Amino acid sequence: MPSLKDLKVRINSVKNTQKITSAMKMVSAAKLRRAQGQAEAARPYAERMERVLASVASTVQRRESAPALLAGTGKDQVHLIVVMTSDRGLCGAFNSSIVRQARRLARELRRDGKTLKILCVGRKGRDQLRREFANEIIGTIEGVGKPRLNYDEADKIAQRIRHMFDRGEFDICTIIYNKFKSAITQIVTTQQLIPFAPAGAANEDADPELASYEYEPEEDAILADLLPRNIGMQIYRALLENAASEQGARMSAMDSATRNAGEMINRMSITYNRTRQAYITKELIEIISGAEAL
Amino acid sequence: MPDTVKFELVSPERLLFSADVESVVVPGTEGDFGVLPGHARLISTVRPGVISVFQGGKVTDRIFVEGGFAEVTGAGCTVLAEHALPVAEIQRDQALQAIQDAREDVEDAKDDETRKEAMKTLEVAEARLQAVDVVVY
Repeated sequence: MPSLKDLKVRINSVKNTQKITSAMKMVSAAKLRRAQGQAEAARPYAERMERVLASVASTVQRRESAPALLAGTGKDQVHLIVVMTSDRGLCGAFNSSIVRQARRLARELRRDGKTLKILCVGRKGRDQLRREFANEIIGTIEGVGKPRLNYDEADKIAQRIRHMFDRGEFDICTIIYNKFKSAITQIVTTQQLIPFAPAGAANEDADPELASYEYEPEEDAILADLLPRNIGMQIYRALLENAASEQGARMSAMDSATRNAGEMINRMSITYNRTRQAYITKELIEIISGAEAL
Repeated sequence: MPDTVKFELVSPERLLFSADVESVVVPGTEGDFGVLPGHARLISTVRPGVISVFQGGKVTDRIFVEGGFAEVTGAGCTVLAEHALPVAEIQRDQALQAIQDAREDVEDAKDDETRKEAMKTLEVAEARLQAVDVVVY
């Protein structure tokens, strides 16, 4: 049976842990709000970009002279997977769910005999993937979004990917990130970045308005300008979603940690009180039986 | 037909400018173009330069953009630009410094790719200086 002092020490240490987790929860709640605000602010640009791109792409696709970023290289031998995770842990299953998805995709590609390249954004993803795919990881980008995520950071990543594509280092690029649904739910999303598939491409024929634009310069030149920008935007959006998801995941993880600590403290306090009473009773019995013996 | 155009300037990070204005002049890649109400639908790329917003016959806002693209519909004009800055906030000496830095980068570039990047930066830097120096009437 643990002594009273041991119990006291344990209760205090759990109490300290609880203070930390509840503070972390509040911090990530505040950060989540900010991340959501940022994601909200990025929406107008993304929407317009998508609309313009869909309309330009629809006219070019018909002429079958589409640039490689849109049409692909015609091969699917070399795959680049961009795995977006966080730099920090203590956020529940956030990182491991992304890594699990990445691992599954990577194994599938490997089985099909494709060449694989992995670019990690965030330290946690690299740490977890390093064991199995040490030779495939071509680089890690750390410290994204500190102190504040901005477009330039996303564009730097996009530039790196574009350079690689221009040099013909891969044929197909896929990004894996967590899409933010709510603080409790994040959806692991796999999105093909290159060649790019416009969201509205399927039903553009139904919308005659889309094709009625004049273009200056002609469509091909606009598209050549637009597609690289779009990659930057897609990555920026994925990073924003990821940032919000990370904070959401951390918030709910810390919430349940705080609750668990509370339960633990209750349980241990009961044991502590019982032990204390047992000691008192024992001492009383000793005193009484001592007095009787006289 | 309405007598104003809805002009919006959007960056990936936020909506920078949104107002109903009389007209707006956008520096397109193939030359500046003015947008008045009822302009034909147009999509154009934008070169580094200054967007002028007209209200009541006068220029009320001058905004420098580092390139992007513009979408014009009958109802309005939307410019999407990664970086934008009101001309009034450009520091002349900083702009000069940026040009010098960019020139050095062009000279130091070892391969064609980096040189092309540096040339682009130089172009933007020169356009920024021009934006400050040009006289507004």
